[in-house]
Amino acid sequence: MKYTRRVVVTGIGALTPIGNTVQEYWGGLAKGVSGAAPITRFDAEKFRTKFACEVKNFDPNDHLDRKEARKMDPYTWYAMVTAEEAFNDSQLKDFDSDRAGVIWGSGIGGLRTFTDEVMSFANGDGTPRFNPFFIPKMIADISAGYISIKYGFRGPNFATVSACASSTNAIIDAMNYIRLGHADIIMTGGSEAAVTEPGMGGFNSMKALSERNDSPETASRPFDKDRDGFVLGEGAGALVLEEYEHAKKRGAKIYGEVIGGGMSADAHHITAPHPDGLGATNVMVNALRDAEIDPSEVQYINVHGTSTPLGDMSEVKAIQKVFGDHAYNLNISSTKSMTGHLLGAAGAIESIACLMAINKGIIPPTINHFTDDEEIDGRLNFTFNEAQEREVNIALSNTFGFGGHNTSVIFKKMVD
Amino acid sequence: MSEIAQKVKAIIVDKLGVEDSEVTPEASFTNDLGADSLDTVELIMEFEKEFNISIPDDQAENIQTVGQAISYLEENVK
Repeated sequence: MKYTRRVVVTGIGALTPIGNTVQEYWGGLAKGVSGAAPITRFDAEKFRTKFACEVKNFDPNDHLDRKEARKMDPYTWYAMVTAEEAFNDSQLKDFDSDRAGVIWGSGIGGLRTFTDEVMSFANGDGTPRFNPFFIPKMIADISAGYISIKYGFRGPNFATVSACASSTNAIIDAMNYIRLGHADIIMTGGSEAAVTEPGMGGFNSMKALSERNDSPETASRPFDKDRDGFVLGEGAGALVLEEYEHAKKRGAKIYGEVIGGGMSADAHHITAPHPDGLGATNVMVNALRDAEIDPSEVQYINVHGTSTPLGDMSEVKAIQKVFGDHAYNLNISSTKSMTGHLLGAAGAIESIACLMAINKGIIPPTINHFTDDEEIDGRLNFTFNEAQEREVNIALSNTFGFGGHNTSVIFKKMVD
Repeated sequence: MSEIAQKVKAIIVDKLGVEDSEVTPEASFTNDLGADSLDTVELIMEFEKEFNISIPDDQAENIQTVGQAISYLEENVK
């Protein structure tokens, strides 16, 4: 083994369009529930896409001091709530706070705050009346800062930004910093709150979003012949990563081991994936090498699979290239069919889906499959429409971001 | 209490998340009401917005208590 220090997951937290705790989220995943519905955050009447996967029944004042909440963008509310769930779940106490860090991803940061402040300036007479909290509310690293303040984590602290790969980059960095001895505990994951006028309008202009307004709940249909784009989601996922001996010594509950991570770039186009899935192929190979395992040891892949025509196809090609005939033995699923695409938080909630699959022996489905795409090999098992029972020892999660960033992280069932 | 004093109190309660009873004339924003430097800037901006005036920086620096805010505004708001 390359590293003497192993890394395990000892706490998880989730706030998603299909459930506001890990338990609710997993319940929704296993049942195959869609989180898509008409937009409530703003009047979307004139928008090409009028639906999204919003977080529901959420009031920040139920979780945060009112004064504190007012100084945070929604993306930080989401971060704080999931970090709290993960921290409580980990049952950490009496730890060395200098050895505890935070590495948190967000693709965009405080888009709601940015929008409101700039709009109010634009509607004024040119006199700058920016709120003194504008910058610290909006910047994409502030969630990492707030989490460290709340829990007194004084170790490594920063944000990762790689669009939709952001939180997987965060998890991989957290794993590596623990392996390298820079910290024993890292709160990692990511959050996003981009269901805003510019968020929807911007992705709409790129033709990236599904426009199936007559049926929001069936709009996210990865690998279906009639897929027409992704459904924007929001929320957060948090994971407490901990050095194995540290966790063992305190008798912590362990969800699984993080055995490897891969990173690569397409170096091809700002938004379009490489048509042959070159970057996606390389990233899975890199992750498998880092984990020192053979492709045949993997049972489950939680794919990036956003439900875009090009993206889904190139990822399938990459999986077939990397896994060869073993691809047919894999369970593959895109949980974005249920949650929508949480952008910078996608990797975090999908990593949690992998850990739950390992712990429950259930593969969450790819819902909304109606028509086979004849360009996709029918022998592959996409876990269409219904969850499947399966013993999972090793699960891999892919996330790819605009800019051509690719990340892949691998989790393993805990055995001594 | 004057209308200005009532509005000032309401702004302070809202922005600093404190109880109505804590907002006494002697209360200092930073020492008694838990405001940091950014909160103080935000308060001044809210006063400017609510009363449609502009408070120069050198005068804003002298507004450190609830009472100072009320008397400044009572003198300067027309």
